[in-house]
Amino acid sequence: MISQKHKDLARWAMQYALNKGCSDARVSVYSGTNNSFDYRDTQLEKLEQSSENGMSIQLYVDGRYGSYSTNRLDKAELERFISNGIEATRFLAKDEFRQLPQPERYYKGDGKGLDIYDNNYNQVSVDDKMAIIKANAAEVYGKDERLISVSASYSDGISSSYAITSNGFEGESDTTYFSVSADTSMKGSNDTRPSSYWYDSAIFWDKLEKSGIGKTAYERTVRKLGQEKIESGVFPMIVDNTQITRLLSPVISAINGNSIQQKNSFLIDKLDQQIISDKFTLIDDPHVPGARGSRWFDGEGIATKKRTVIENGVLKMYYVDTYSGLKLEMEPTVQSPSLLTCVHGNKNFDQILATMEKGIWVTGFNGGNSNSTTGDFSFGIEGFLIENGKATKPLNEMNITGNLLELWKNVVEIGNDPKLNSSWRIPAILFDKVNFSGK
Amino acid sequence: MKRRDFLRAGGLAVVGAAAFPQIIQSQITNIKEDLPKMLNHFGVTETDLRKVMAVALEKGGDYADLYFEHTFNNYMALQDGAVNRAGSNIDYGVGIRVVSGDQTGYAFVENTTLEDMINAARTASRIASGSAKTPPVKIDEKVFKNHYPIVKSWENATIQAKMPYLQKLNDRIFELDKRVTKVNASMNDSTSYILYYNSEGTLCHDYRPMIILSGFCIMQQDGKIENAYSSRAARKDIGFLTDEIVETIAQEAVKNTALLFDAIKPKGGEMPVVMGAGGSGILLHEAIGHAFEADFNRKKTSIFSDKLGKKICDEHINVVDDGIIDYDRGSINFDDEGIASQRTYIVKNGILNSYLHDRISARYYGVAPTGNGRRQSFRYVPIPRMRSTYMENGNYTEEEIIANVKQGVYVDNFTNGQVQIGAGDFTFFVKSGYLIENGKLTQPVKDINMIGNGPKALADITMVGNNLKIDQGAWTCGKDGQGMPVSQGLPSVLVKQLTVGGQ
Repeated sequence: MISQKHKDLARWAMQYALNKGCSDARVSVYSGTNNSFDYRDTQLEKLEQSSENGMSIQLYVDGRYGSYSTNRLDKAELERFISNGIEATRFLAKDEFRQLPQPERYYKGDGKGLDIYDNNYNQVSVDDKMAIIKANAAEVYGKDERLISVSASYSDGISSSYAITSNGFEGESDTTYFSVSADTSMKGSNDTRPSSYWYDSAIFWDKLEKSGIGKTAYERTVRKLGQEKIESGVFPMIVDNTQITRLLSPVISAINGNSIQQKNSFLIDKLDQQIISDKFTLIDDPHVPGARGSRWFDGEGIATKKRTVIENGVLKMYYVDTYSGLKLEMEPTVQSPSLLTCVHGNKNFDQILATMEKGIWVTGFNGGNSNSTTGDFSFGIEGFLIENGKATKPLNEMNITGNLLELWKNVVEIGNDPKLNSSWRIPAILFDKVNFSGK
Repeated sequence: MKRRDFLRAGGLAVVGAAAFPQIIQSQITNIKEDLPKMLNHFGVTETDLRKVMAVALEKGGDYADLYFEHTFNNYMALQDGAVNRAGSNIDYGVGIRVVSGDQTGYAFVENTTLEDMINAARTASRIASGSAKTPPVKIDEKVFKNHYPIVKSWENATIQAKMPYLQKLNDRIFELDKRVTKVNASMNDSTSYILYYNSEGTLCHDYRPMIILSGFCIMQQDGKIENAYSSRAARKDIGFLTDEIVETIAQEAVKNTALLFDAIKPKGGEMPVVMGAGGSGILLHEAIGHAFEADFNRKKTSIFSDKLGKKICDEHINVVDDGIIDYDRGSINFDDEGIASQRTYIVKNGILNSYLHDRISARYYGVAPTGNGRRQSFRYVPIPRMRSTYMENGNYTEEEIIANVKQGVYVDNFTNGQVQIGAGDFTFFVKSGYLIENGKLTQPVKDINMIGNGPKALADITMVGNNLKIDQGAWTCGKDGQGMPVSQGLPSVLVKQLTVGGQ
């Protein structure tokens, strides 16, 4: 939570900036508390505790714009900091598109109702946290002579922010998080030491998976033993719900207003056009209670609402903030996605896998990138060869290469099993005709 | 979680400059300051340091250190033809670490009042559970050779002095090719004051400058759009900004973008790869560099864990991690554990010669630390990190190496890479390169990922060129959530076989 003292400081800083000649200003303060404990094999390896505060201030001076931030919150220092910021901003070129949003677009509610803060955060004892990582490490430590290293980590924290603007916005956001992860390494063939991990995270302590994380990490490592590459070829590909966002994220970048305005996108002038498979409908659903990603307003203070991003393969919106909107002469929407969901299919991951005669299940990406203006991609992958609906061989050291729009046109089936602890709730998806490079 | 990301700073990365707050200018003028001024900068005395240290060791920790940092970062950016965005960030605080065996307690605070430092020291001390140890009474000031002396600090550089270089970069990129439709240019300078004190009594300080200048270019031709990027980074002062460096970046950004219109995706699969001199050092960084960081080896999770002293590649190959190249982006005068930086041979005459150590791993292995204990800021614990990683020259010319390949690819422009430490599988993304057909470079290629296995790829290097080049781009290495400035280099080499993405 942001203290009243820091809220007052933000208001003072804004007034100071306006008094010193700014036509407008936005001030935000943030505070964070973080704790983490890392356990390896049979002992605590590391504990870290911290809390931090800072202020950032956007100055609109004589049609010019600068953005300044500091963690030195002493008033006398802030006075000099803001004065110097104003002075520096005056040297820049004018930018008529730099404006605060229209006030009617701001969120005006009381900030309540999203249920993204655990009021019991401070009630959780260090002993309880330690017990979790100890137990998760013990789930597997010493259970298999091929194990080299077992580690388990716990972390939690609070993030708070508070923002005001000179044209009337005031908003606060507080959220908590708890997470547990485990990582195991094993002796593989030759000199390899394959490793894998598992984790859970939650907004509420009570909802955190507190056991089984170590065991799952171990199982995910065991199944990788004996990985190899197979002959290059074109196969169907299923990407599970832990990895699918990797293939969606460059599409989301391509519909960002700044990318469109800078011509750094493969989705310019595509609004209301069929861009990908009609099986895919993507929704930005920002007000789901208790969900990661939920928020009442974006980074500019604009009220969020439920929006359809892609409807049956047709692009329905760009993410346009005030600046890009003015430059593009386009109605602004919202700065960035909040909570992405998609219309589910009828089958879960296992049921889709069972339909695959021969194909590849991607369980992890290893590097790679995509071309932001053409959509061409090439990613390293690992996973399994699927034959007659069953995983028959662990794979690694292979690449998939193609074009993102082509790939998303070739969607065969969308699952019904998104990971609910993520702000991008996308289930497993089966694609056809994917180019794999191997031997 | 064992993946290590490596990213080239994007064309839109934070950049620029602004007048510095006086708080900064008031106490330190420029260049390296003497110790009293540095203590004064952080508002602490030697007595304070001893008091905080006593609390850090009150539960019996074996070792403790205090890492004070004050960093000023300025950015400035050009978009749509005008320098219309600037800003700065100030970060200030102290990180307190207590080590007990191979256990670590860590806490940081964002101010340096005695009370807050003592509270943080108490938190970190809890990693140990014994009786209090007494910190040394004598303070031993260590002075290190300065590998990045400056004449005129970034703190005193005005925004007016810096702006014209961004404008020139924009104008040159537009002048060089009519197909250019958009340019994003950016400048990011930073200055860090570092004060370090540990339970051995060592007290030292550093002044670390850094500058990144970058140009990102979008071109359009026959309805197709392509983009590419070029940057230069160094631990230099404002003398870094010259018309020559602007010209170099402009030329490179335009050349890299123009090439893409003619480029294809090759047929994928296993093939010989010639890595051109310079940025191809990403091969070393990913294929072996991370796997030689001693924390992974101490935990036995690296594919190279049992390989120290063993022959791992051709005897003509020497691989170095170097922290003392003057003005280099990866250089440090001392690491973030107060150890003098050095030139470390990872591979000498084909034999795995040394891991890259921090204090904890050095103690585990019973060797001297190698000056690789680094941290992103006072908010993080130091861990083994690379500095400037490169391979020494061999005997072949690049032409001889290319002539040796009947069918393969030549690559020299990369955006990012990654490695799985235990499995050894590494990848890097090739922005552009060429096909090699019958010993000659032919068709340009683009946007392909390459993948290999560390020990095998190293053993598969069969020819090493005589044209070592250290890439001067703005490379940032990511590990355990910490970003670190590094550089890398390579003479042209032939890797017998890698898996190339393609169609």
